Amino acid sequence: MKEYNEEDFLSISGIQHFIFCRRQWALIHIEQQWDENVRTVEGEHLHKRAHDESIKESRGDLIVSRGISVFSRTLGMRGVCDIVEFRKDKNGISLFGREGLFIPVPVEYKRGHPKEHDADILQLVAQCMCLEEMLACTIEKAYLYYDEMKRRQEVLLSEEHRQKIRKISLEMHELYERRYTPKVKMGKGCKACSLENLCMPKLCGKLSAVSYIEGRVKD
Amino acid sequence: MKKLLNTLYITTLDAYLSLDGETVMVQKEGETIGRVPLHNLENIVTFGYTGASPALMGACADRNIGLCFMTRHGRFLARVVGMSKGNVVLRKMQYAISEEEKACFTIARNCIFGKIYNSKWILERAARDYPMRLDVDKLKGASEQLSRYLNIIRGKEEAIPCEDLEQLRGFEGKSATVYFSVVDDLILQQKDAFFFKDRNKRPPLDNVNALLSFFYTLLSHDVASALEAVGFDAYIGFLHRDRPGRVSLALDMMEELRSVLVDRFVISLINKKQVTDTDFMKKENGAILLTDEARKKALNAWQSRKQEMITHPFLSEKIPWGLVPYVQAMLLARYIRGDLEEYPPFLWK
Repeated sequence: MKEYNEEDFLSISGIQHFIFCRRQWALIHIEQQWDENVRTVEGEHLHKRAHDESIKESRGDLIVSRGISVFSRTLGMRGVCDIVEFRKDKNGISLFGREGLFIPVPVEYKRGHPKEHDADILQLVAQCMCLEEMLACTIEKAYLYYDEMKRRQEVLLSEEHRQKIRKISLEMHELYERRYTPKVKMGKGCKACSLENLCMPKLCGKLSAVSYIEGRVKD
Repeated sequence: MKKLLNTLYITTLDAYLSLDGETVMVQKEGETIGRVPLHNLENIVTFGYTGASPALMGACADRNIGLCFMTRHGRFLARVVGMSKGNVVLRKMQYAISEEEKACFTIARNCIFGKIYNSKWILERAARDYPMRLDVDKLKGASEQLSRYLNIIRGKEEAIPCEDLEQLRGFEGKSATVYFSVVDDLILQQKDAFFFKDRNKRPPLDNVNALLSFFYTLLSHDVASALEAVGFDAYIGFLHRDRPGRVSLALDMMEELRSVLVDRFVISLINKKQVTDTDFMKKENGAILLTDEARKKALNAWQSRKQEMITHPFLSEKIPWGLVPYVQAMLLARYIRGDLEEYPPFLWK
């Protein structure tokens, strides 16, 4: 199986951008352009707490780790898990320096409420796949926590999810290697996009620079 | 669209700028004379023998706020540029293009097209707006000549090729001569104090050239900031060869913006009598300079001009004049990244 070098790892957080719009993903992750707006700032604030590595909890049969960096050589992706709970379970794996066997259960914090699309789920699945590779284990379930509901939503990892992630990662790497920013596909998402000013979606539509200039020669 | 924020102009001589929390603190002889929050600033331009603290320079670089030092008479001294922001891909392509004559030509040609087109329409507008005061035939004649150059540089006149930078520079020079030969006609007020014979800059030898030089310098700072904000290296140009310390790409892009942003503005300052002969002083070497008071007045007028709204001719979006350099920088970036078949210059009418 193909393995990627560390320097070619792509960010897991880009999966949601990639699913939303491939061009948006390329603008952020290839061209490194980023327009901050209120929503992105809010999101960062939420994650600050979830990622606070100084908070370490360990109670009874549960170890809670925050802000663990994860990666997968086969996916060529890296990221940070908001929270990973290690639950004592006789079917689990051993952890260095700990008594007993544990099953890792990632919990990812999200703004708002569950979405219609599966971007949040897929991002979580990618994190799980990284953890599986790093811990040599199998993860069957994980959780998404939505701040507006203040509740966890269970996510069961299916083979279909994993296949999707493998496919997305291949596509991302292919674009990344070419440093290629796809053209716009205008959609209703464009209105809500924080990168609209950088993307200039109109440009890839009907606007033609040649006819604009040639039109003026005739004036 | 990106927000047009304020430019802070420091015209008090010997003022010192420093960072105080999230504000710029302006001090003179140890006294605080002003404080401006950084969050609504886009640029700081300071005149005179002023200084700024390294902390302020760092804060400006970090927040993408342009910081520019000028002499008290508006000659450019230095710009503070922070760490290069992102977009390595764009920069690499910019450098690659700068090494290729043909690719340079394709972009430079459109900048010059914009320059000639905009000059032409300044003449056309004047002829339409002041038919009773102007020699319309003369202006129309100049305009027609400019139209001819527009055709030539787009390759519409087969007998006269314009296929490389050398030829392009030739037609640029010729059209500048035609345009500048009638600029004096557009000055309708205070003719004894404000006249235009030719463009002179080192130093400017008359009131009009003094104003032009002053605002060209300010515009070049705005354009350079806009290019850097988008991810370009403002120092690597396509028409202007790079020369240490020269913002060549900013000068390329200014070609299309000079007349429409600065010349029109300067002419209207004169025609509306917002500046008068007493606003200028003459040095021993013949150089003409703006007085401190006049500079303040002119900067206020420039600021309000930047807030005025226009419809961008290519994007058909309403934007303030002040954002034109930024939008053009974006369009150039999008052309280089392959979203557009040509770079669309700003064509004003």
